[in-house]
Parts: sequence; structure tokens; C-alpha cells
Amino acid sequence: MNYTLDFTPVVEGLPSLLTACLGTFALAICGMLLATVIGIGGVVLRQSKIAPLRWLIISFVELIRNTPFLVQIFFIYFALPLTGIRLDPTPTAIIALGINGGAYAIEIIRGGVQSIPKGQMEAGLALGLHKGQVFRLIILKPALKAIFPSLTSQFVLLTLTTSIASAISAYELTSVSQRIESDSFRSFEVYFTVTIFYLVISWLMMRLFALFSARYFAYPVK
Amino acid sequence: MGRDEFLFLLLGLKWTVALSAIGFVSGCLAGLAIALLRTSGIRPVERATAGYIALFQGTPLLMQLFVVYYGLALIGIKMDAWAAVAVGLTLHASAYLGEIWRGGIEAVPRGQTEASKALALSYASRMKDVILPQALRISLPATIGFLVQLIKGTSLASIVGFTELTRAGNIISNQIFQPLTVFGIVGMLYFIMCCPLTIYGAYLERKFAASAR
Repeated sequence: MNYTLDFTPVVEGLPSLLTACLGTFALAICGMLLATVIGIGGVVLRQSKIAPLRWLIISFVELIRNTPFLVQIFFIYFALPLTGIRLDPTPTAIIALGINGGAYAIEIIRGGVQSIPKGQMEAGLALGLHKGQVFRLIILKPALKAIFPSLTSQFVLLTLTTSIASAISAYELTSVSQRIESDSFRSFEVYFTVTIFYLVISWLMMRLFALFSARYFAYPVK
Repeated sequence: MGRDEFLFLLLGLKWTVALSAIGFVSGCLAGLAIALLRTSGIRPVERATAGYIALFQGTPLLMQLFVVYYGLALIGIKMDAWAAVAVGLTLHASAYLGEIWRGGIEAVPRGQTEASKALALSYASRMKDVILPQALRISLPATIGFLVQLIKGTSLASIVGFTELTRAGNIISNQIFQPLTVFGIVGMLYFIMCCPLTIYGAYLERKFAASAR
């Protein structure tokens, strides 16, 4: 085997690869925001007094958690146009990531909410806070603080999952690297470098979450 | 969608099951080695395995499959897409299972290790007869959780070009132009495989939590 590694195409493609890293970041952050909204909304509905609503959330969570993301993103990609919504691959990928991450977030946040003693809520109501205030300040925030480590690892996983969005050619690192690979045929060199990029991205994500946690969950609560 | 198309999907399903089984079994063996090295008490070895685990947990499975697929060809090992994917999934599984079982091994109280040392058990016997049975029991729910992840992960083999369930779905969907029906059915097939495992994992978790109380 006389194969010499040649990183020239990688070096030449470096600007577009680095910009694509930003694309991955944007995709991941938007996906996480949507996942958080779905997660919190889902937990509220999951606690609802209306049984069919609870069942709906439970089936949604189990359906998403037990099917591959790749199948989900294909399904959404083909299903959206039928409902009359025409979107580019990248927004479609954000929706798919949000739905997928949201299902996991519901389970994680629910665990946190259940760990808050009932007396805490009653104490809040007794102090004359609104129901909304009680939920936001006395239930949700301590719950999020308690489950933040699990949420962090789930969201780092979501960041890595963005690579699958390349299957519908959303703008992110993997799809750009596939383009460089098919232009240069330097497959190993390209994918090896991009793997290192992902390692840095997931490390940065973890740092970001640690910073967020230190700022937002620092006690005393204001 | 006709009968032939559905049978083609089932053919893909067979490969998904085979890939999952091979990835899981060989991943378990390699993962056990990783877990033992990670808790060996020898600093450089522990560091190296920690790095190995961080590498696989910090990069997308899709990239791991790409690197293994093209990397193996590079060092002169000619392999089918299928074998390369199996190797990739094995490495991936070994890192995740190694980390899960490290947690299990460390969760076994230290006194157990001390007691078996006091009884002059050899390292092999201490691990095989005392520590691992308890550690694996503790980590069984997480292990099953990872098996579900792995089954879903095999879908990425389709991007590398191996015809398993998802790629079979892609092919059929391109033929009959009913992507929603096809991917709906493909999704249900994955669901039928994964859901019982998820339920069983949750049941074990509840059972262990109750017995720990």
C-alpha cells in the first residue's frame, strides 16, 4: 500500500469548513432552544388533568425516543410540504432536531419537576404568588438546576446529531465536508479533520453550558 | 405499497438486526476490556482509555463510521461496507459501554474490593466473582438504554451505502413516491424493535431503585 496522506484539499477548504462549523453551531443552538420550549411545554401538558393530553405527550415521547433520527428527519422533510409549509433543508433540520431533542427534554425535565417537594409549591402559593410565578420560580428553575447535567449531555448529543442533517443537505459541517470530499477524493483526510472539529465543538458546547449554569443557577436567586 | 416492497423492507430489517447484534456483542467484549482498563489503577492506562472514551463520545457516530470506512481502506484492509460499519459500530459501542460499566464498577462499594483482597483472591477472581456481577447488574438499565441507541444508530449505515432498513426505505420511497407511507412503516419497524427494550429498561430501573431503598 503506497498511499501518502495529502491534506492540501483540507487546507484549501479550511475557510469553508470553519464557516460550516458556525452553521453547525447555529443549527445546534436553534434546535436546543426549540427542544427546551417543547420540553417545558410538554412537561406542563404531561401534568395536565386531561388524560388524553397526557397520553398524547407520552406517545409522542416514546415514538420519538424509539425511532432513529435519520428516519424522523426524512419523515418531516417529506411531510412538511404536504401540510403546505415549504421550508429549506436547514429550517427543516432545526424543526427535526427540536422535536427529537424536545422528546428527550420532556423526560429529563419531568424528572426534575417531580423531584421538587409539593410543600414548596404550597408554600409559594401561601406567600401569595401567582400560579405562573410559582411554576416559573419555585418549580421550574430548581428543577432545571437539578437536571442540568443530564440536559447538558443530552444537548451535546443533539449537537453531534446535527451531522445527520447532512442527509437532507442542510447547511452544516458534515454536508460541507462531504462536498470537499467528493471534489478531492481525499476522504480520510477530510473526515479525520472534521472529526477533530466536532471534538472541539462538543467541548466548546460543554464549556458554554457550564458557564450558563454558573451564571443562571448561581444562588442566592434574585 | 405492495407485498414485494414490504418484503424488501423486511430484508433490510434483517440486516439492521444483524448489524445491531454484531455491534452489541463485539462492543460488549471490547467495552468490558475498556471498562477494566479504565479502572485498572494504572495512571497512563486510565488516561489513555479516558481519552478513547472522550473521543467517541465527543464526535458524531456518522463521522466515526466515515473515518473507519475510509481509514481501513487506507491501511490496506479491503472490506465491504457492511464489515466496515460493523467495525465502526463495535468501536463506538465499546467506548459507550466501557464508560457505562466503569460507572457500575465504581459504584460497587470499596469494601468489596478490600474484602476480596483480604481473602487473597486473584485479580481475575476478584473481578469475575465479586465486582463484575454486581457492577453489571447496577448498569443493566443503562446498558439496555445504549442498546436502543445502537439499534437506532445502525440507520446511519445507510449513509455509508449499506442497505439496511433505512436505506431499503429510501430505495422503496424513490420507487413508489410515497415517502410518508414508507418512512412511517420504517419508523414503526424500528419502534417495534426498540420499544420493548425501552420498557424493559425502565422496569429494571424501577425495580433496582425500589430494592436500593
